[in-house]
This record gives sequence, C-alpha cells and structure tokens, in this order.
Amino acid sequence: MKQIRNFSIIAHIDHGKSTLSDRLIQATNIVAARDFKDQILDSMDIERERGITIKSNTVCLPYKAADGREYTLNLIDTPGHVDFSYEVSRALASCEGALLLVDASQGVEAQTLANLLLAMEHNLEIIPVINKIDLPSADIERVKHQIEEDLGLDSEKAILVSAKEGTGISELMEAIVTKLPPPKGDPQAPLQALIFDSHYDVFRGTIVHFRIFEGSLKAGERIRFMYNNTMHKVEEVGLFQIVRKPQKELAAGEVGYMIAGIKTVSDTRCGDTITLQDRPCDAPLPGFRDAKPVVFASIYPVAADEYEELAQSLEKLKLNDASLIYEKDTSAALGFGFRCGFLGLLHLEVVQERLEREYDQSVILTVPSVSYKIILNDKTEMIIDNPTHYPDPTTIEQALEPYIRASIIIPDRYMGAVMKLCLDRRGINKNYQYLTSNRLEMIFELPLSEVIFDFYDRLKTQTQGYGSFDYEVIDYRPGKLVKLDILINGERVDALSQLVHEERSYTRARVACDKLSEEIPRQQFKIAIQGVVGGKIISRSTVNAFRKDVTAKCYGGDISRKRKLLEKQKKGKKRMKMVGKVMLPQSAFLAVLKTDTE
Amino acid sequence: MANPTPESNPSIGIYVHIPFCQSKCHYCDFYSITRAERIPDYLDALKKEMQLSKISGVRADSLYIGGGTPSLLTPRQMGNIVDWAAAYFNLDPNAEMTLEVNPATATTRDLQDYAAFGFNRLNIGVQSFNDHHLTFLGRRHTAKQALAAVKAGNDAGFTNIGLDLIFGLPDQTAGTWKSDLLQAIRLAPKHLACYMLSYEPHTPLHADLQSGRFTALSDLRTADLFRMAHDFLGAAGFEHYEISNYAQNARWRSKHNQKYWNFAPYVGLGPAAHGCRVPVRWWNHRSLDHYLSDIAAGRLPRADEEHLTLEQQMIEALYLGLRQSDGIVLADFQRRFQSDFKLYFHTAIDRFNAEGWLEMDDRRCWLTMEGMLFLDRIVDELIEMIS
Repeated sequence: MKQIRNFSIIAHIDHGKSTLSDRLIQATNIVAARDFKDQILDSMDIERERGITIKSNTVCLPYKAADGREYTLNLIDTPGHVDFSYEVSRALASCEGALLLVDASQGVEAQTLANLLLAMEHNLEIIPVINKIDLPSADIERVKHQIEEDLGLDSEKAILVSAKEGTGISELMEAIVTKLPPPKGDPQAPLQALIFDSHYDVFRGTIVHFRIFEGSLKAGERIRFMYNNTMHKVEEVGLFQIVRKPQKELAAGEVGYMIAGIKTVSDTRCGDTITLQDRPCDAPLPGFRDAKPVVFASIYPVAADEYEELAQSLEKLKLNDASLIYEKDTSAALGFGFRCGFLGLLHLEVVQERLEREYDQSVILTVPSVSYKIILNDKTEMIIDNPTHYPDPTTIEQALEPYIRASIIIPDRYMGAVMKLCLDRRGINKNYQYLTSNRLEMIFELPLSEVIFDFYDRLKTQTQGYGSFDYEVIDYRPGKLVKLDILINGERVDALSQLVHEERSYTRARVACDKLSEEIPRQQFKIAIQGVVGGKIISRSTVNAFRKDVTAKCYGGDISRKRKLLEKQKKGKKRMKMVGKVMLPQSAFLAVLKTDTE
Repeated sequence: MANPTPESNPSIGIYVHIPFCQSKCHYCDFYSITRAERIPDYLDALKKEMQLSKISGVRADSLYIGGGTPSLLTPRQMGNIVDWAAAYFNLDPNAEMTLEVNPATATTRDLQDYAAFGFNRLNIGVQSFNDHHLTFLGRRHTAKQALAAVKAGNDAGFTNIGLDLIFGLPDQTAGTWKSDLLQAIRLAPKHLACYMLSYEPHTPLHADLQSGRFTALSDLRTADLFRMAHDFLGAAGFEHYEISNYAQNARWRSKHNQKYWNFAPYVGLGPAAHGCRVPVRWWNHRSLDHYLSDIAAGRLPRADEEHLTLEQQMIEALYLGLRQSDGIVLADFQRRFQSDFKLYFHTAIDRFNAEGWLEMDDRRCWLTMEGMLFLDRIVDELIEMIS
C-alpha cells in the first residue's frame, strides 16, 4: 500500500488538464505511441471538441521512481464543469492528493478556487502545478503570487510544467510520489469501498469505478450497495490501464473497477458504499447525496414516428448517465416526448448533442425551466418544473423560485459590467473581496431561472473571457411568476410556453416573438406570432407570406449546386415540425432560449 | 424534343465557355475575367482540351458558345472553335449552333462572318430596353445598341434570334416591364429568355443590396411581373416552355438548353464549364490559370466530378422536369426509377393540384404558371418524400 498514490487533477476549464493527463500516461508507456491520441481520457467527441471532461475516467499508471521502487499512481480524472460538482466531490473523496493545475497566463479562476475548497474539505494534500509555462503570455511570478494570496498555498512547492511540450513532467511524477501520502486502510477489515463513477459496456453491463478504503474484494464474492440496498455477485475486478486489466483481488488503497452483472448505470449510485454481503462494514462512507436535477426541459422527436427510437436512445444514454432523469411527457404541439431533468445547462446540452451525434436522433428541446414551489390558496404545495402543469393563477397564493449563490471571479475592471449583468438578472450582491490587487471575487444571490439561459455566455462576453463562475443552489424565495404563452397564428404552442418572472415577461415575450419571426421560414400565408400572459397579448411579430419561390435560371453549371442545396434543405427539413399549418424549424425552439439581444 | 432517353445513345451537346468580358456586369456570377490579351493562350488550350476529351463514335447536334462575352473573339477565332468541334466531336453541319452576343460588341460584318462559319442562332443579351436599368445592371451598352444588334443579326441573315431580358429590378413597374416586352416582341425574335433578377453572392449587386443601397423588389411585385410576361407573351403567340424561356413555337426552343434539363449528354469546355453523362457530372476549374496549367500538363482541367446516386438523379429529374411545360414524362420516370411517379408522390401531387399549382394527364405531370412561381417549394416537398 505504501507504493500507491491516488490523486486527481483539479483545474479550471482550459487550463490543460487533459493534456497533462496525456503526458502522465505517455510517460508510463502503458499505451503504445502509435495508439495514442490526444486527450485520450476524453472519449466522447463532444469532450474533445469543447475541451471539457464530462465522464470521468481513471487510469492506473505504473511508475518506477528515483528511489528505485515501483509505484502505482492512480489518476482519477474528474469532470470539469460546475454542473458536475457532486461527481467531482466523490472522485476527490477517493484520493489522498490532488494536483491543482493553474494556467500560467490565465491564473487562478473561480473553479480553481471552488475545486480547491472541495479538495481541502477532503483533506487532500495539494501540489500546485503551473501549466503552460511555454506560452509567451505566461506570467509565473504573478500566478505564484495568486497561489499564495488567493489560495493560501505555498507557491515554493509549485511545479512548473508545460504539458504541451512535456517540460517538468518527470519532476511532477517524483513530486506525486514524494509529496502525496500513501493510502491507509486495513486489507483484512470488512470491505468499505466508494463508488465514484460508473459506465456502461454493451458486453459486460455496468462497470463500477471504485476506491477501496478498507478490506479487499475478489471475483465470486457477494457484495451489497449500502444506500441502494441491492446485492450483486462480483464477476471481475481489475485495474484501468486505458483498457481493463483483470486482477485476482483488489485491496484497501487501490482504485479499480468491478463487473457484477449490473444491468444499468442507474442501478449504481455515485457516492454509494460497497461492502460484503456476509461481512459488512459498520457504516457507509459519508457524503452520499442524490444528484438532484436543477434544470428541466422536454425532449421531443422531430418526427412523431421516431418516438420509439428516441425512447430507446434515452434508455441507452441513461445506461451511462445516472444523473439524467426522464419521464414521459406529451405536448399538444409536439406529441409524445420526455420531460427530462438535468444537472445544469451544460448537462442538458451534452444530452442533446449525444442524442443527435451518437444516436442520430433529431430532437426538439423545449425552453428549460427550473422547478418552482407553488403554494395554492388551500395551502397545498406543489413542485412545478413544466409550464404545462402550471395551475390556474387565481388558485395560487404564492410561488417560490430556487436561488443560487454565485461566485464570480473577474479582473476588477469588469466590475461594473458584471454588476450590471447580475442586477439585470435580479441578482443581489452579497459580498465582494479582492483576491489580489486587481482580481475580484463577487458573490451574488441570483434566481436560478435567470442563470440557466445564457448567463454564462453573457458573462464570458462581458468580461472578454476573463470571468469565471461557480454556483450552488441555496434556497427557495418568493417570486412573482407568470406563464408566458406563444401563439402562432392564434394557436398556442405549448412547447414554447415558459414560466417567467413578471418583471421579465415583456422583454422575454418581445425577444421570443422577434427571434421566432427570424427563424420561422416564410410560408404561403402570413404568420402572426404573439406573446400572451394571462390572456393579454404583450408582444407580436409577423412573418410575411412569400409570393414566389423559384430559382430563375438553371443551366449546366447550376444543376449540381441546386441539387446540393435541395439535399441540404431535405436534411434541415428533418428538423422541422408542423404546428397547425405552420412549419417550425428546430432552431425556432432554440431561438426562444436566447433572452437578450441588446 | 421532349425528354430524350439517356439510355439510348443520343447526340451530344457542346458548350464552350469564353471567360472574357470587357467588364463585369453587376449581377453576373458566371466566371469571366477582363484580360482579353489572354484569349490566344486560352484558345490554344481549348483546342487541346477538345483533343483530350475527344469522344469517338458520337455526333454533336448542338454547339453553344457562351460566356463571358464570346463576341470578343474575332470571326476567325470563332471559326476555329467550330472546326475543332467538327473534328473532335463530329459536329453535325445541321446542328443548332448558338452564339451569345453582347450588343456592345456586335457589328453586321462580324455577324455575317460568324454566320459563314455555320452559326445559325444568335442569343443577344439585351437584358433591358431601358437605359436606366442597363446602367443599374452594369451593362456597357444602351437600348439603342441593343436594337442595332438585333438589326445587325437580321441583316447578317440570322433567322433564329433569341433575346435575353431581366425583370424584377428595384422599383421596376408593370409599365416599364411591359414596354420592355413590347419592344422585344416588335423585334420578332424566335426565342425570349426572361430572367427574374437574382442577387447572387459575391456579385456587386448582392453587396449593394446587403449594404442597403437599394431595396429589392418585393416578391409580390416580382411575381406579378412574371405573370405579366406569361400572359403578355402568351397572347403574342409565345410558348412558355421553361420557367425563364419562351419560344415562338416548339420548333424554336433552344435545343441545346433542353439537354441540360433532360439529362442528355453534353460536354462543357473552358473554365468553369460543366459536362454530364448520366450518372456522371464533371466540371472544370473556375480559374483560367488553373485551367491553362492543367492543359499544359496534358491533363483534363477537371475541378471535380460526381457520380449521381439514383436518389440524386431523382431529385434532379423532379427539379428539372418541373421547370418545363412538358413536365415530367411519366413513362420516362417509371423507366429510370422503377417507380410510378403518381403513386410515389400522390399525397403531395393531390395537394399541389388542389392548390392550382400542378396538373397532369396520363402521360405527363407539369406545373401551371402559378406553380412555376413556387417550383422550389414544390420540389422541396416532393424530395422530402424520397426515401
């Protein structure tokens, strides 16, 4: 056990976590150079494209240290986005140490800080790592200063690396061995192991990722998930070395996988404790929480006959994504679909993209909503996350909406812009403090509903990319809520309805109507678009009828071009939905998500 | 000559692109350059391209010299092209031989010489008889020159003269369009092409429209002008045989252009020219330099080619068939695609028929004049049904 080191890399998006993981993996030669591809741990296209890690991945690195001994370094990769902070916390709970990665030109950001706090909660030993020192804009002294001032860490201990160029990697590996403590635990004690992730394999079912704290586990043993209270028989245990390497036994301190005939990922819960059926441990490990969705939206197939396919796709997706929850939903406009709960907007986007890319589904997503608490006149309380189920306003005594505590870190020159943005979103500035002479952390309390749209994009724009953002849901507070309906040629399109704060209703209605009129293609008749609250029209726009639709000339050189255009349109058409007589493109449903145009 | 079958071995058409102009018209997106000093190099290369793409055992029954401004070539140069076409593609002496003429460059003497080389059809790019409109379009000639060009064509002995007109200009009124049409009819052409002005990307007119220098004529009014041409020319005895084309009668339809719409084989020579022999279509580099360097290297100057899948062929058959008053010939469709057109598309057909856009009998299915105005939409819906 003395030769094991379990660690994570914590970093803000884009600070180079995936690249650093790549270098560590390459340094141990567990992957032949010809098989190596960049960001090897990010197996999804969308992860590589956006530079974020969604599913965590773990890799077990054999390493011969300068002291001549063979070590096992378990790198437990963590998701890098605020939506997945619970998963991050479970991964960190499985480690003794963490590499805190800071970009040498960007410096410390909100997520760096948030993740550091998480790591500290788990009493992890921290090694600060300053990455991207090869960049011309690298300012190592400034970052060291931030590490001291903002994070309270000893910057003298910081290791300087360029993951891109491979500089400093061997020093870093030595530091992992010498600075991070080995795991503790008794291999003879009753089994106590923490599930920090799981994924689905079509041949083997659910692959559970776990860390053993006490005891040991081998194939053939009967285990119990303590929160789920389900029993399974272990078929295989092993280590992750990019591919799975089966082992006879895993013991306290080790990190690996288990296959136990578990059908879906939903049957395992991140944070659950594994113990032996016959010889259970006294208590489960602390920190278990049900991952609660905070953003809700409905997903419909574009073509009604693709409902079954969508159902199957969601089912498969769910195999790998336990935090996705869904139930059947129907819409007068869109037919059968699913109401889904997501951990956040990114999670929602990821699900949508995976449905489209991996499962080839054309889907329409409705306006995302948070869940509101509605107290009726008769004092009954209901939770509403779907505008369709919004009760008659006259029966409502009070509506409560979820609030978050947001931490925003910015260079102080953007203070005014961020203040305006947050106040515009009904935010309350609770506090601000200078982290360094010009870096400011601002704390706001904001209605979650104001954040789930394009808040993060706006923040990035307003701060020219320098602003960073982290949040947690804190409580429910009263808010004046109204239901905004959209009528298209007099017909209410339920999938476009949204619950909004009264103050917001006029702007939202105007923007929705304007955006829709841009997105809805002209048809043979005039199309009226109206925003309605409580039977009162508060905004309107029009799409004029087209009076001709014909290409004037078509000779030898035009034919291919025209055909390609038609083929492209045919593809795009798959994304159209008929509502009454009006053809609504998928983009129309997305357009209403954009709140501000000014 | 409706829908010749691609499976038989029909005569081919030859298109030669002359990529030179004195200046670019504001609306034009055809490939052309203004460096006339390169004409001799180009013609040398053209001859080589013809040699390289020589097809034995065929007969060509149409030759179309377009551009650019073909009338920038001397009669001698034009004569050479005819000679090469005869040598390498077995150009029939009775072929339809069309020359595109710009009113700014046409003289009776030149036209006489062209006729002597076998050209029997002139297509004169009049575009408008309104000088204000001609300026807007960036044409180098005046209405008076256009009239003179037609007269020169007549004097040179051309009996088959076609005129090109453009309508749908900003602020164009029914009155100005009608006077264009009237003027055209007075000249007794055998063929009239009436094009709706379209704003093609990367043209000066498109840029001006984008920057708000003027407002495009509304769809509503453009559609009215289209109807007006149909009615007015119809009354004057013209047959509206393709969306933008009218002929005095079926005999005077453009034989060559119909090949494009009916999947007849054709070769395209010169930069940016397209050739087709179902199921293959190919096209040349849209750059004279690139074209010349390939030829110099002994290669065909192909930019790319495509092999049409049956679905792609069907899309084109719908799109091109419905452009023509002859429409889609049901038997041809059945033979090419092994499907019954009426059955395959019956829901859409019924709807369009009820809308007054489409008609059919036992043999054919075609668009009404109103339907033609919505061709793109109609085809869009039809191809959506192709699985």
